[in-house]
Amino acid sequence: MKKVYPDARAALAGLLQDGMMIMAGGFGLCGIPEALILAIRESGVKNLTVVSNNAGIDGAGLGLLLETRQIKKMISSYVGENKLFAQQYLAGELEIEFNPQGTLAERIRAGGAGIPAFYTKTGVGTLIADGKDEHEFDGEKYVLERGLVADLSIVHAWKGDTEGNLVYRKTARNFNPVMATAGRVTVAEVEKLVEPGEIDPDHIITPGVFVQRIVPVPNAEKRIEQRTTRKRSEAGEKI
Amino acid sequence: MPWTREQMAERAAQELRDGFYVNLGIGIPTLVSNYIPAGMNVQLQSENGMLGTGPFPFEGEEDPDLINAGKQTVTELPTTSYFSSADSFAMIRGGHIDLSILGAMQVAENGDLANWMIPGKMVKGMGGAMDLVAGVKKVVIVMEHSAKNDPKLLKRCTLPLTGAGVVDMVITDLGVFTIDKKGGGGMILIEIAPGVTAKEISEKTEATYRLAPRLAA
Repeated sequence: MKKVYPDARAALAGLLQDGMMIMAGGFGLCGIPEALILAIRESGVKNLTVVSNNAGIDGAGLGLLLETRQIKKMISSYVGENKLFAQQYLAGELEIEFNPQGTLAERIRAGGAGIPAFYTKTGVGTLIADGKDEHEFDGEKYVLERGLVADLSIVHAWKGDTEGNLVYRKTARNFNPVMATAGRVTVAEVEKLVEPGEIDPDHIITPGVFVQRIVPVPNAEKRIEQRTTRKRSEAGEKI
Repeated sequence: MPWTREQMAERAAQELRDGFYVNLGIGIPTLVSNYIPAGMNVQLQSENGMLGTGPFPFEGEEDPDLINAGKQTVTELPTTSYFSSADSFAMIRGGHIDLSILGAMQVAENGDLANWMIPGKMVKGMGGAMDLVAGVKKVVIVMEHSAKNDPKLLKRCTLPLTGAGVVDMVITDLGVFTIDKKGGGGMILIEIAPGVTAKEISEKTEATYRLAPRLAA
């Protein structure tokens, strides 16, 4: 079976339908599957529930799907960087389900591993625990959270081979490997597409079994949300 | 004189110990990294998937694939490792991180913490804060003592909680308090900023607390 597709639009062909749930990797704008998000925008699919730690910024990342009002609901941990998001939310046009970031990651990990629910201490005694089962283990209270499985996961990797084995780069890894496991179908965009054997098997983070389709994005645009630097002289180095 | 933001961060750095794995929140907590004592080995965890977070890059060396949890560009150290969000929160929720230093809107005398939402205002989300306070071994809050004239150290939080009974220590611009969050031993004022009086702190604090014997003498 051939997993490689020539472009993002082809890689998503036949997979998109209104009302579906999509997981999108990335933290802020770091490691987001920007080419696949753009292709989803161009497809016009709507009423999406999107699981992603953040909601992009105005004009980039998932902000692109907010502009076109293709998202009905977000499941996220933090959405602070987005004016359009606030507008749509306050106007009642957009639903948001906040999950603590670790609970979100674990719900995705559990979903991908076939675990329908798990107990965690996170959120006990807060609004997050409202309406959820609680149980005491070894004298401590825990709240029951559900695993998450999406109709489609879209992820961004640094390097991938034609079998779908993936390697990530630095903190662009974030939610991508867990989301790759939790999509009924997972589509990965990769900056460098290589032949099997070119990645040391010891270095593979996401084994190809989790990835159904791959698309090379050699010119992926990467944005920096908060550019912070220091001057060379501050570190006492020679200029 | 109350402590400045830098002095509060410097005081918080006294809670660091050699070999600690530490998660620093956004704002004043981030400044704590400037006060890690020389020779002390402290590894900073960034919940987006990095252990051993280095300083900001030199101009021109920023890497969009290398950021901290505040989405700021950072650098790698010889000790650095990268991992997924699930592994990152396994560190946090599994009790492998020694110390979390965070900001707050309100702290109650029983250790309850509120720092993520104000009902009726746009809510940005809790990010990793609920996981950090539930899972990290010691939780230190660094915050201004009052918000305008409203006390932030309360008998009970009025805002929705980030965690119930989770705070071990509060450092404000006026002083330092400990909270016996598990034992129910209450809140104790253990230090007062230079030039600040116990009376001033008492007037600006709603929470019930005791004075440490050293201060009561």
